[in-house]
Amino acid sequence: MTAGLVARAEVTRGAFTLHADLRVAPGEVVAVLGPNGAGKSTLLSAVAGLTPVSAGQILLDGDVLDDASTGAFLDAAHRPVGFVFQSYRLFPHLSVRENVAFSPRARGSSRADARSAADDWLARLGLTELAARRPGDLSGGQAQRVALARALAGGPSLLLLDEPLSALDAGSRLDVQTELKKHLSGFAGACLVVTHDPLEALLLADRLVVLEHGRVVQEGTPAQVARRPATEYVAKLVGLNLYTGTVDGSQVALDGGGTFVVPNHGEHGDVLVALRPSAVVVSPHRPDVSSARNTWSATIVGLTMLTDRVRLDLVGKPSALVDVTPAAVAELGLAPGGEVWLSAKATELEVYGQVPGSRS
Amino acid sequence: MQTLSSRERERRATSGGGSRSAPVPLLVPAIVGMLFLVVPLLGLVFRAPWGQAWTILHGSAAGEALRLSLWTSTTATAISLVVGVPLAWVLARTHFPGLRLVRALVTLPLVLPPVVGGVALLLAFGRSGFVGQYLDQWFGITLPFTPAAVVIAETFVAMPFLIVTVEGALRSADQGFEEAAATLGAGRMTVFRRVTVPLVAPSLVAGAVLCWARALGEFGATITFAGSYPGRTQTMPIAVYYALETDPDAAILLSLVLLLVSVVVLVALRDRWLRGAV
Repeated sequence: MTAGLVARAEVTRGAFTLHADLRVAPGEVVAVLGPNGAGKSTLLSAVAGLTPVSAGQILLDGDVLDDASTGAFLDAAHRPVGFVFQSYRLFPHLSVRENVAFSPRARGSSRADARSAADDWLARLGLTELAARRPGDLSGGQAQRVALARALAGGPSLLLLDEPLSALDAGSRLDVQTELKKHLSGFAGACLVVTHDPLEALLLADRLVVLEHGRVVQEGTPAQVARRPATEYVAKLVGLNLYTGTVDGSQVALDGGGTFVVPNHGEHGDVLVALRPSAVVVSPHRPDVSSARNTWSATIVGLTMLTDRVRLDLVGKPSALVDVTPAAVAELGLAPGGEVWLSAKATELEVYGQVPGSRS
Repeated sequence: MQTLSSRERERRATSGGGSRSAPVPLLVPAIVGMLFLVVPLLGLVFRAPWGQAWTILHGSAAGEALRLSLWTSTTATAISLVVGVPLAWVLARTHFPGLRLVRALVTLPLVLPPVVGGVALLLAFGRSGFVGQYLDQWFGITLPFTPAAVVIAETFVAMPFLIVTVEGALRSADQGFEEAAATLGAGRMTVFRRVTVPLVAPSLVAGAVLCWARALGEFGATITFAGSYPGRTQTMPIAVYYALETDPDAAILLSLVLLLVSVVVLVALRDRWLRGAV
């Protein structure tokens, strides 16, 4: 028996098919990260029992929840699963306490027991004062905690969260995030969070699973994924330039044109090269003498102001995103259409082959 | 160039938008429409023999007719709720072959002339009707021309109003709440009882009111299927109709009583339930 969630299944919805392959151990928080339409919600809906799988199976603590080959299917109502929906879906006609008591009551507790279970959870999540309110009178952060309390009150062994912070305004996000992290780490069961926000995933999760076009393209710890992105999408999320190419000793011939000199590890074959935008130096003229082993020219096609720096979008061989200070933009006279020289040290280039968990 | 009073300026500044006065091509037909609806009712009020109101009402069968009308229309509404709400749910939430046909048949009484409904009921539940003959042979039950027939006729005509209202509400209700209830361990009946019904409650009440009002005013099907026996099957609308031939003053007063009942119900329910639902 494998404890926790094991999902190896396909879910078909119209023309879209999700190929899910993931495990979540008890006590572990796994974030499924992916763009809109990657199949994240479909995954949650299949695990919760709202959509049956079309192939494969889903197991929880060794029990079959859904198995397309035998036809076995456990109703959503009978799965020990708590679901925190994106827009929370708190029942508008019930008070906060009645919302939280709903699951114990539906699972057979007496009215009094359900109520005291609800009061326990409300106290644990600091919601006691709000018990008599209607969901319509709650702030976003409060509604989120009520939704969490309601999902946990049923005593689930698996908790699902769909974009838990997306309905919040930027101001309350950070508080709620810290709060949520605390509650999730106190949860003994498996926890699956889906999000399209990399920061949310990095902060909440022990492990990331990246989903694109209905397939898992990468999985690993947040640090691994952030350092060695497997796809363009992940690289963009974590703010890195990513290149594919072929390495031969210290030379990488890039697929999109251009060459990088990298530290020689005697490797050959297809590789990915990641480069931080802040590790690239911009010069108005070709640098004569430099310790940087990689120097190439490029044309500025765009400038974007980030909080404390300016991101240059450059086209060349290879193209790159480069971060410079606002002062540098003014001093070097950087403007769209301008020609500049870029240089990067060989040691700044992260060169790696197949990423663990990558099946692309 | 126009002039704006300071009050109008303030209104436009706070509530936004431009002029709130209607253009003439809309205003004139709007007033005509309003007068058309209101003038006949005013006629009732002005023509009523207020002086002898008490004696006329007391001497007529008004009390009996009103009592009969109230309990039959309430019973018809109760029956409609018990079978009509589940039927609305089935129409809104399930799929089966012939669903569209069933929906069309169920709502047919909405557009069917009530007299035709009454004839159909007679053919089905009359003493020699294809259901009625067995009721008579096996149970000794004869429905036509009884108070039960009044209830049946009213239910037949009025229930579709409830079904259509509730089905529409069920269709437009956010099914996300029902999914959420399922993930919280609620079976389908619990979801229906604790989530679906409360969420469509305003439409449910609105539908029930429409249904009750329609039943209260029912004439054609009732007189065809239940007849007009004073004290037994003569409801208020039928009493009004007969009084008009013999005693027009009584007819006016009876009509006013019906009007009063309708207005009281409408006003009582309007603020609480009907806002946004009708």
